[in-house]
Amino acid sequence: MSASTQRYPVRRFSPERGTWSKLMARDSIVRRLDWVLLLTALVLSAIGAVLVYSATRNRTELNQGDPYYFLVRHALNTGIGLMLAIGTIWLGHRTLRGAVPVLYGLSIVLVLAVLTPLGSTINGAHAWIVIGGGFSLQPGEFAKITIILGMAMLLAARVDAGDRLHPDHRTVVQALGLAALPIAIVLLMPDLGSVMVMAVIVLAVLLASGASNRWIAGLILTAVVGAVLIWQLHILDQYQIDRFAAFANPALDPAGVGYNTNQARIAIGSGGLTGKGLFHGTQTTGQFVPEQQTDFVFTVAGEELGFLGAGLIIVLLGVVLWRACRIARDTTELYGTVVAAGIIAWFAFQAFENIGMTLGIMPVAGLPLPFVSYGGSSMFAVWIAIGLLQSIRVQRPVSA
Amino acid sequence: MSNIPETGRTTRVTVRLVALQILVFSLLLTLGGRLWYLQIRNGDEYTAEAANNHVQQVVHPAVRGSILDARGVPLADNETRLVVSASRTELMKLPDDGKAVLTRLAGVLGMKPKDVMDKVRLCDAKTPQPCWNGSPYQPIPITDEASAKQALQIREREEDFPGISAEPTAVRRYAAPAGSNAAQVLGYLSPVTDEQIKEAEHTKSPLLRSDQVGSNGLERQYDSRLRGKAGVTRYEVDNLGRVIGQRESQRARPGDNVVTSIDSRVQAVAEKELDQAMKEARTQFDKNTGTNYKADSGAVVVMEAKTGRVVAMASNPTYDPNAWVGGISGKDYKKLTGKNSNYPLLNRAIQGQAAPGSIFKVVPTTAAVNAGYSFNGPYACTSSFNIGSQVFKNFESENYGGISLGRALEVSCDTVFYRIAYDEWKKDGGNKPKKHPDDWFYKTAHQFGLGKETGIDLPNEVTGRVPDRQWKKDYWKANKDAWCKSGKKDGNYGQRIAYENCLEGMKMRAGDSVNYSIGQGDTLVTPIQMATIYAAISNGGTLYDPTLGKAIVSPDGKDVQEIKPTSHGKLPMSRALRAQVDSALAGVATRGTAAWRFQGWPQDKIPMHAKTGTAEVYGKQTTSWFATYTKDYSIVMTISQGGTGSGASGPAVRKIYNALYGVDAKGNIDQKKALLPKPQAGLPKISSDGSIEAQPLGKQFETTARERRRGTHS
Repeated sequence: MSASTQRYPVRRFSPERGTWSKLMARDSIVRRLDWVLLLTALVLSAIGAVLVYSATRNRTELNQGDPYYFLVRHALNTGIGLMLAIGTIWLGHRTLRGAVPVLYGLSIVLVLAVLTPLGSTINGAHAWIVIGGGFSLQPGEFAKITIILGMAMLLAARVDAGDRLHPDHRTVVQALGLAALPIAIVLLMPDLGSVMVMAVIVLAVLLASGASNRWIAGLILTAVVGAVLIWQLHILDQYQIDRFAAFANPALDPAGVGYNTNQARIAIGSGGLTGKGLFHGTQTTGQFVPEQQTDFVFTVAGEELGFLGAGLIIVLLGVVLWRACRIARDTTELYGTVVAAGIIAWFAFQAFENIGMTLGIMPVAGLPLPFVSYGGSSMFAVWIAIGLLQSIRVQRPVSA
Repeated sequence: MSNIPETGRTTRVTVRLVALQILVFSLLLTLGGRLWYLQIRNGDEYTAEAANNHVQQVVHPAVRGSILDARGVPLADNETRLVVSASRTELMKLPDDGKAVLTRLAGVLGMKPKDVMDKVRLCDAKTPQPCWNGSPYQPIPITDEASAKQALQIREREEDFPGISAEPTAVRRYAAPAGSNAAQVLGYLSPVTDEQIKEAEHTKSPLLRSDQVGSNGLERQYDSRLRGKAGVTRYEVDNLGRVIGQRESQRARPGDNVVTSIDSRVQAVAEKELDQAMKEARTQFDKNTGTNYKADSGAVVVMEAKTGRVVAMASNPTYDPNAWVGGISGKDYKKLTGKNSNYPLLNRAIQGQAAPGSIFKVVPTTAAVNAGYSFNGPYACTSSFNIGSQVFKNFESENYGGISLGRALEVSCDTVFYRIAYDEWKKDGGNKPKKHPDDWFYKTAHQFGLGKETGIDLPNEVTGRVPDRQWKKDYWKANKDAWCKSGKKDGNYGQRIAYENCLEGMKMRAGDSVNYSIGQGDTLVTPIQMATIYAAISNGGTLYDPTLGKAIVSPDGKDVQEIKPTSHGKLPMSRALRAQVDSALAGVATRGTAAWRFQGWPQDKIPMHAKTGTAEVYGKQTTSWFATYTKDYSIVMTISQGGTGSGASGPAVRKIYNALYGVDAKGNIDQKKALLPKPQAGLPKISSDGSIEAQPLGKQFETTARERRRGTHS
């Protein structure tokens, strides 16, 4: 048998190539990936791992005596995130378009589950499902993706089909309705931070879809009126109002709510140009900043790595957003453009809100810094988003 | 749909994508700008805040230096008490926050567990006393009266008492050697005030809330030297205050010791004699008021004539300075400062001022001679002197006919000085003063150092007063409104005086000058000023700044800073005049107003000089003054509302001299009994370990001290 196989040199006649050559071919997926985007996201995750380690290595009450507990888990989360991204690329954003009804339904169920006794309250936000074994799920993170995909599907369908130049009013209403349900549920949790991000996503998605200016203006107006109503009708819990008050004036209550913002500002401000050196931050070592491995992870960079290190994180986030903007611009189909725009708005606003609150220019809201903060759900969600961006780039119609 | 562009995208979407992009990057730029603002622009501010955040100081108080007398006997030192204290930082590390340890400790100390725990809890708005008001990183004292056995139990079972220490700790003690008290001279320690903490915040020795600082007397004057330098350990702490590292540690440096010129034995004698004299005065009947003398307060100063060093300084009423140790009780505090206390905290030797009466006469004598009057005169010593309808009496004296200024001193003839003063007043223009009057009498008083502090090394010395033209003007300006309101032309004496003062209180009137010439009227002096003046007459004319501090000795004894006598001027007396005054004052003691008090004094061996004074005080009984000197010492005593100078103060001063020189009632000198026939030269001996050796007090005083101690214990 083996002799006969040798007799026919298959290779010469067939264009079939080895896996490696296939991957490296000029038109292969691997060659068409945005490597700058991928590597930048990886570098951010790696920096995140170091900062999370610095913030938690002494916290015996959190790390169960293992200083590397959070470091290992952050790396694990990044690995899983990377896998999810690859899976997303493999499936492709177009395939996922077909799966939107399923994904949407799943999201709604999970988000609703948080409101049932399955849900848990962490840091005042009732936004978690504790799975057990130290794992917990934050369905709101995944709802962001579903909102982007669902709205994009609806808004882009008839435009990409060439039926219309811009989405018509009926489609816009449908898309808004689709987004409204998960947002309303998340608002009930209440997870105000996620609601803010989702609102910004909805706005960006509508903007990129080419919906009429009146819709954009109307939506902004609704957001403003809604914010005023939320404030006036006491839909917010007291702790959320306190956070707002403390952001405006941390000296108001330096031992209570203002403590977070004040300590965060001291940590970052005392970093100076080059920082106190990794693992040498007195604010970090002394555990003066609460939630430092998650929402306030940026303060570790500010204190220990200084203006140069913290600035680098902002620059890297800028690189991610720049690549995402290029992807949004380069694709010709509206669906891909809208999805990319939604992701851009999500990353940009969440990063701005997260860093902004540590710097004292935004109110405190429980939002993780993409890639950098510790947290599985958030990490998975942002890597799925990276997968979507890559898919849009890889599968873009090649015009030339 | 022919206008679909080739890219499959409308311009609207492209424009909006660009807008989104711009928005996104402006957000990032905002973050970058804010980051720069916090870290680069305001970085220093936050660095300081971060440092405050995580560094906590524990201060180890320095042992306070001793105050010693001239022979090395401690007047104020520290006694060692066993203080058991608990470290909160250590206790909080234990699983039950140290409850078990504190309960065990309570058992050993024989206290209730709750009392111990209350002492260790931190004070806040909701926590009533007892609670700990100091730094939570500071060991918290639980008792300062632990027995050696209790301390040993705690130390031997360290594993049972984590965070508990039993250390001998220094507590201030005023030892009252030889039965001396010297309360006002020594001063006292009191808890530090907020202002003092603030003041010392950025100095080399910051103060703790639990600190004691010198608040009066020598304790205050030499506080910075006595206090030493506290040791500091800086700990890094986390947000819960748990210690996570130690930065640096500086050992405490004990305070310096202050050697004074006080001789505790002479001090004891002076105190006893002053008290005795006042008690005696209270048995004497005062014809003017129809009651016995009140003798409400008094002071005596014993000064080395050639240096200005103070050998003894007593003020009466007095108190026990140990009342302040360990915090004064409310009852004691009221006793010391209340309305009916008669203010025993006042040091009457430097803070009591009164008209000097005739002991002032050395000033007008000098003034007269410097103004061109002959010392030998003769001047008429009449029984009274009239200016218009006003009659000025010759208080202590009688009609001696024509006499010299020296004799006028001896017999304390007022009218001689009245006449010269009136003469001078007229020469200066009388009621229409010259533009530049000579004012010999006032100028001379200033030259004698009156009207300003002597500069003694004690806080809060008062100036006294020379009622010259400037003072009259200032005083009138300050009081004219009140005078003019209350004054009545035909009212009672006070109202008439006020009326007169309202009209011409700014003027130097003839009566003012005349009264002033014999140390009456508005003249005020302190005992320390008069002691300084009489010492100057003794030593040839140098007005020394009186000093108590003689040397400051470092705790290791290696650094000895001597405090050298300094002077604030010379008496305006020629050599001849000084000799004349000197011999006149000797005459006072041998044949003048003080002679009856120095009967049998060995004048040939120890020439005694004296001047008596009996000052009138409006509305009160007379002030007794007695100013004296030998070639070694000057002693000035005063008793408020005590009667005459020689009458009330004379015997006491004589007895102090007796003790100094070892003179008995008959005038025999026994060198062995003499406490200090020559001023103490040099400093006490300093041992190689830095401690200062105390010379024995002598049999007579050992007993006193022991009796005293027994007395306080019973």
